[in-house]
Formats: sequence, C-alpha cells, structure tokens
Amino acid sequence: MKTLINMTCICCPLGCDLEIDKSGTEFIVTGNKCLRGKKYAIEEITLPKRIVTSTVKITGGRHPVIPVKTSAAIPKEKIFTIMDILANVEITAPINVGDVVVKNIADTGVDIVATGA
Amino acid sequence: MKSYDIVVIGGGPAGMAAALAAHKNQVKNILIIERDLELGGILNQCIHNGFGLHHFKKELTGPEYSNLVTLELQKTNIEIMTDSMVLKLDHDNDNKTVYAINGKLGLMKIKAKAIILAMGCRERTRGAIRIHGARPAGVYTAGTAQRLINIDGYMPGKKVVILGSGDIGLIMARRMTLEGAKVEAVLEIMPYSNGLTRNIVQCLNDFSIPLMLSHTVTKIHGKERVEGVSITKVDMNLCPIKTTEQFIPCDTVLLSVGLIPENEISRACGIMIDRKTAGPIVGELRQTSKEGIFSCGNVLHVHDLVDFVSEEGYLAGFGAAQYIHNNLNPDFTHTTIPGDGINTVVPQKINAKNITDNIKLFMRVKKVYTNCAINAYIGDKLIAHKKENKFLPAEMVSLTIKKEDLFNNTNAEILIKIEQI
Repeated sequence: MKTLINMTCICCPLGCDLEIDKSGTEFIVTGNKCLRGKKYAIEEITLPKRIVTSTVKITGGRHPVIPVKTSAAIPKEKIFTIMDILANVEITAPINVGDVVVKNIADTGVDIVATGA
Repeated sequence: MKSYDIVVIGGGPAGMAAALAAHKNQVKNILIIERDLELGGILNQCIHNGFGLHHFKKELTGPEYSNLVTLELQKTNIEIMTDSMVLKLDHDNDNKTVYAINGKLGLMKIKAKAIILAMGCRERTRGAIRIHGARPAGVYTAGTAQRLINIDGYMPGKKVVILGSGDIGLIMARRMTLEGAKVEAVLEIMPYSNGLTRNIVQCLNDFSIPLMLSHTVTKIHGKERVEGVSITKVDMNLCPIKTTEQFIPCDTVLLSVGLIPENEISRACGIMIDRKTAGPIVGELRQTSKEGIFSCGNVLHVHDLVDFVSEEGYLAGFGAAQYIHNNLNPDFTHTTIPGDGINTVVPQKINAKNITDNIKLFMRVKKVYTNCAINAYIGDKLIAHKKENKFLPAEMVSLTIKKEDLFNNTNAEILIKIEQI
C-alpha cells in the first residue's frame, strides 16, 4: 500500500508542494525542485525539530517576563511538554543574554537560555 | 541649545545601524533619540527566532539581535536618549532643529547638521479596515498582543480569530497557541498569504491552525467583550459573499492587516513622500528631498527581514557621514520607474556620482507571478535581470545594478518590469 505525505518545503520562497512516498524501504520525494527539498522532507518525517522560544517570569527585572529559547532544536513532539515546564519557572534578576535558565529541559539534552537581559 | 552632527530619530535596528555607520565614517557627535525605555525597537518583542541569518550569519531571536547591535553601540561614544519623543523637525536651509520632549528635561530644541529618520512603522487598525459591530474589548492588532504577552507577561485572550496573514499575525497564532489559547482560524482576504512560507508552515501547519484564504470578518459580535465574529468568503472583487457567512465564537480578534511607515514628522517638515511605499522618496544613500535629512528602515518602506533593515541603516548612516564631510553630490542622475507588475521600488532616485560600488534596488511585486523575470532597462538596453520560479508580494526582491551601467548611461530613467520568460 502506498503511504503518501504532503508538505510544503520551507527552504526557499518557492514553497514547493512536496509529496513523500514512504511505503518502500526508501523515502521517495516528488515535487521538489532542488535537492534541499528532499533533505527537508526526510528530516521532517523522520525527526522533525524546532527551536522553541517563549518567556518566563522574572522578579526584579525591567519587565515581568524575560524572553528565553531552547539552545538547540528539540523534537517537535516535546514542544508542549517544554511549555508546561516553562509556565512554572520563575527566575530573579540580574540575568544576562545566554544565561542557562533550565538545564536539560524535558530530558532533551538541550538547555533553556535567556535571550534578553 | 545642544548641537550634534547627526541626530538619529528612532533606536530600532535601522537607527542603531545608521548611527554605527556614521560613527565608523568619522562622524564624532551623534545622538539617538528613542521613544521607548530601551533601544531595540520592535525586535524586543519579537522573541521568536529567524533573525540575523544574512547579517550575523546565525539564527537569532529578536532580543538577541538587538542585544548584539546594542553592545556594538556601547563601545562607541554615540549618545542615547531614551524615553524621549520627537515632536517636530525644522528645516531652513542649513539650519535643522529637532524638537523633542521627555519627562525629565521637558521640551528640548536640539540642533543637527544632519538628521536620520528611523521611526519604523505602525500597524493598521480596525479603523483602517472598517469592520462592522460594536466596540467590545478583545480586539487588538497582532503587534499589541505580541507586546502584551512577550514584554508585559499578560495574556489577552483564550479563543482567538486572526484576521490577516501578515507575518506578525502568523507568529502570534503560534505564540498564543503555545501559551494555551485556542486559535480558531487565520483569515486572509486575498487568495494568497501575505506572510513568509516558513511562517505558514511552522506557525500554522505545525499546530493545525486553518488558514482560510479569500475570507474576511464581516462583523465583530459582543458588547462588553468580543463574543464571536461573522466571517464570509469573498469574490474576485474582494466583496463578501453573503450566502457563505458563518459564525465563529471567540473572545479575541487579532488584526494583522498591514503596516504603515510612521511619517507624520517627515510630512510636517515637507519631505516628499512616495504614495506607494508611504515613505520618503530617497536617493541611493537614502537622502530625502530635504537636504541633510536621510531615512532608513520601516519608516522608508516596510521590510520583511531585519537584516535588510540593518543594511539600509548602514547606507543612510554612510550617506549622512558623506553629507557632514561635504562629499555628497546633490541632485540625481537616474530615476527608477516601477513598470508592469512592480508595485514599489526603493531608491526612487540615484546619483551615480555618489556610488563606488554596484547598487541594489529593492522592490515588491503587485501579485503572485510564476516563471517570470524582473528586468531593468535604460532605454532599450537590459541592464539587470532576475529570474525566479515565483515572485510573491510578501517577499521583497532585490536587483543589483552594475555601476558601469549607471556611469555609461547618465541622466536616464531605469524602468523595472516583470516579464514572462
């Protein structure tokens, strides 16, 4: 049986509509106009990853919250687990850009770091 | 009265880059006036990533980009005045005065040899698109909601409909979803999205938020608080089709329906404005129609990427420095003309004598074009050519013009148009 997945490539403004056939041992990507499209499609199917950016509460800062991000891309399915953890994180000023706010968040091996001061 | 070589109005990415460029080009006495409490402008609330790929060659969030530029500024003696608002500019011949105000010093008159306008842009509001209904709480521009959540730590709603598929609207669809809200739909009146493809995929598709093209909000329901919206499909003339009307319950409506360069003080001092870009008409170094006044960033024309804002800031800062050193040739040798399919072109004028290198024209197309080229002509001669499988109104296009072509064909119009391949 053929299993087809459709997605839009984001490697360039073209936005190719990709179709991926994953019924065989190898992924067959069609619709891509360049090789980057194939790489993107396979990554998106096997292990889609995203950088998560959000804010956490801070006391003694200029504002009530401070922006943070994951220091590297994390598996997409962990996004909401990470958001749940961040909802209860409270830190105290002073904080500098790059300071680690949460180590190894949700066992991803990736830290949450401050992106603002 | 305090006096400076250059006063930069606005401490966002454009103004900061302009000040740094002027400083690098031996201008000693520079002041940046910023309305907010801190430098960085809109970058401070754009906490998502994707900034700096061109300029810093790495992927940064807005606050990180702002921080890197601010650190560069702190190494200089450029003066910074925050929490201060510029009210008016006076321009009589060589004598330029900036009227500014803040809570500590009251009204200030500041003298400047050159002025760089970098005030950015502002969002179109509900008033600009005239949606029926009462005036309940819960209607925000996407950027206001972004500031409330990302800087003030305040969540403006739980069940959201977003009108307009501009990038800020798409970014806010994801942001509100991450913070626990339910985004029911993003509606776009045009048959294509106004946001970058990357944002459609990562902000909407990732969270299964529907993007309804050729749809608009016809009425906002609710008296004290938004209770829902009526939406309809629109026809080819963008008119609502009454029979397709449906009701979506929600407590919040976000608007992402376009940005307008903020040129009140430019207009008031008599600077000529391009009707299409809504920003000043400028030359190759971003000089406006008033001698010694320059303009860059979103106040000149709305950009998609901050990287290009910084690049333009450097140009304006360099131009202002040349003016201060009496090296800027006045008048122009070339005019750029947006032809078929081209909506806007910046710069509108060029003086080839001020150019040491090739120059880039920045333009937006009128609608989606596939398998086309953007060509630039002087008379019958093709001087620049860019072929793409797709040109989108949402993505600014740049076209490089070789300096030789300008030197060899002076006093000419450069016509830029879309042509089928």
